[in-house]
Amino acid sequence: MAKALPILSTVAPRRRGPTAQGAIDTAPHAPKPEYVPAPLDQRPHADEIAHWLQVLRDTPLLELGARAHALRLEQAPAHVSYIVDRNINYSNLCVTDCRFCAFYRRPKDDEAYVLSYEEIGAKIDEAKARGAVQILMQGGHNPYLPLDWYTGLLRFIKEHHPIHVHGFSASEVEMISKVTKLPIDQVLLELHQAGLDSIPGAGAEILVDGVRDVIAPRKIDASRWIEIHEAAHAVGMHTTATMMYGVGEVWEDRLEHMLKLKAAQARSLARGRGHFTAFIAWSFQPLHTEMEHWNLPLGTGMDYLLVTSIGRLLLDNFENVQVSYVTQGPKMAQLALTFGANDFGSLMIEENVVSAAGIDFIMPESEIRRLIEDAGFEPQRRYQDYSFVQDGDEGCPCCLATTRSPQPA
Amino acid sequence: MFTAVEPEVKVTPRDRRLLPIAEKVYAGERLDQQDGITLFESLDILAIGALADWVNRRRNGDRVFFVANQHLNPTNVCILRATCTFCSFARTPKEDGAYTMSLEEAFTEADRIRETPIREFHIVGGLHPRLRVSYYEDLLRGLKERYPGVEIKALTAVEIAHLARVEKTTVEDVLTRLRAAGLDSMPGGGAEVFSKGVRATIAQRKLAAEDYLDVHRKAHRMGIPTNCTMLYGHVETYADRVEHLSMLRGLQDETHGFLTYIPLAYHPDNNELGEELGREGTATTGFDDLKNLAIGRLFLDNIPHIKTHWIMNTAKVSQIALHFGVDDLEGTVVRERIYHEAGAGTPEGISFSEIIRLIKDAGKRPVERDALYNEIREW
Repeated sequence: MAKALPILSTVAPRRRGPTAQGAIDTAPHAPKPEYVPAPLDQRPHADEIAHWLQVLRDTPLLELGARAHALRLEQAPAHVSYIVDRNINYSNLCVTDCRFCAFYRRPKDDEAYVLSYEEIGAKIDEAKARGAVQILMQGGHNPYLPLDWYTGLLRFIKEHHPIHVHGFSASEVEMISKVTKLPIDQVLLELHQAGLDSIPGAGAEILVDGVRDVIAPRKIDASRWIEIHEAAHAVGMHTTATMMYGVGEVWEDRLEHMLKLKAAQARSLARGRGHFTAFIAWSFQPLHTEMEHWNLPLGTGMDYLLVTSIGRLLLDNFENVQVSYVTQGPKMAQLALTFGANDFGSLMIEENVVSAAGIDFIMPESEIRRLIEDAGFEPQRRYQDYSFVQDGDEGCPCCLATTRSPQPA
Repeated sequence: MFTAVEPEVKVTPRDRRLLPIAEKVYAGERLDQQDGITLFESLDILAIGALADWVNRRRNGDRVFFVANQHLNPTNVCILRATCTFCSFARTPKEDGAYTMSLEEAFTEADRIRETPIREFHIVGGLHPRLRVSYYEDLLRGLKERYPGVEIKALTAVEIAHLARVEKTTVEDVLTRLRAAGLDSMPGGGAEVFSKGVRATIAQRKLAAEDYLDVHRKAHRMGIPTNCTMLYGHVETYADRVEHLSMLRGLQDETHGFLTYIPLAYHPDNNELGEELGREGTATTGFDDLKNLAIGRLFLDNIPHIKTHWIMNTAKVSQIALHFGVDDLEGTVVRERIYHEAGAGTPEGISFSEIIRLIKDAGKRPVERDALYNEIREW
């Protein structure tokens, strides 16, 4: 069932990433659309944006780091945690054509794929044998996979290969809802009941529509992204929030993005069910993407440490700030531990999306632990809910705590 | 967006062991060896960085120097191939990958950058058993003829001492001949770590500490400015590092001939030492890189410039280092072999405009310099 793909006959592949041989298609690229940032007074949270701009102007980098680090020590344990997981990309088939993405393939591309349940199960078993306590399962926006495929997969996983499933993303949920013609809440509930434990924060990019129109015109808009996360929280799932900077945005956009997250988090915390567990920022990696040719000023080391420390200080209702060693490299990731971050993210047994854009800083667990210890922290393996892995555990505490009915409600 | 701010407020370190050191720094007092060790032991890199930044601002303001340069490595054949176990670059004469450039090849390599307006050649290589001073004289003279405005920073103390041995003459004689051929200044490589124990482990037959310092002393007395370095992150202790810095500071008190101190990160891939220590795939950490730069600034109170070498430290960490006491960003290196053989994953060159962007993005003023730190232009 999973492998039989209908053929979409009208749209030819618009561009190609690297082929298996590593060659890059030289088809003409769309010119860079112009981006005009909105003036401050037309933005939501304008006063707060102005305040944080002032903080950026007035505070030396190391003082900002010291403030963020002090807050981090108050809010999060003195340990630096990380999770052992595997990224499983169930499909790379996507019709959204985000210009920053090197991973996706259009439906007719011979490199487009959908993994079978059995292939996914085998990957989970491999990951569990190597200590994984979670899978991060994401794919493209695949118009051929109905809700049943996803709920079937989740039940298959929970029955035959039980593990915490941190899966999909707001924009995938939107696609499932469109394909199935069911409202978001219903889709989220059914996914959760079938075995989806939490939702990653991917697809946030920059939560400002002006920026999204330029880099991902066909992806859900900013308010929809937030709505879906709040809906997931309401169903009882935790999610994470991300930000991909260095796509031509200005600091006002980054701050607006963070302030929208903060407001959403406040509403979810008030609701008292699920909430955002972590904020994760990384910089756009241009290789093999359409935006490679835009000559954007890419995220610098300053950008990363400023985004990390402002992330900690501004998002004061978020408990955890993760580093992104995959995009920033081990040295910068370690430095971020003294600029507000408290979590090293995941030891990825498999990663395909960032490495499709040519950046590959994946490292062994021993190296992650060495970096954390060298920065003066005790490294701790954790679960998705940020509790630490202990000897003799029966498994992920949040999955053990939840018993779900085998049938959709 | 980000603008660096003149720090009016002096920082109070989180790490209380740093308090007396901070007092000394703000009072302009010299740090002693125990202070140096305490700084290396501390994990409070934000305080160490802020102290170093304070010192640097008083000396260099917001300026960050860079030079458009090209590295030229004329040979990788080295008589220390077997004993300098930390090196991934050296080869025996018959080994795979061994090369020695003819003068024509060296000039062709230099010519690769005709498009780029460079200001400096950085020339270092192996201790070749048969190359004579005349080879280097011809190389330097040829480069000066072809690129009259370009300064030449050439040959480490180790290479100079080796040439003196090959020629059975004095260090002064070699330096006199090379200077006549066009040598303007000398790089600081070959210092490694001065401790006898460390040298016995990683660079057994390399020029001893006193001899390294003596070549620099002689160069300084002849009016040739030089740089100095320390290779950190292998088997040395913090005490070894501080002793090393003390010896550099001692010579500088005597001669004032060092322009720049550059801490060099040991890269553990593709060399015997990395294998022996089981260190492959474990480069120095960001914490250690920034500490070495900042402590260099704090301890070496008599050396005007502290340089970060982005090839080793990465462009991102090097940019951050500009807030940790560093005032020199190793320039637009056109071609670099030594660190890349040791597994440096950085690109081989970085464009002029990217260097300027990185410096400005850090809230600093980019100043293009020549080899002697004369300002050519502020960008």
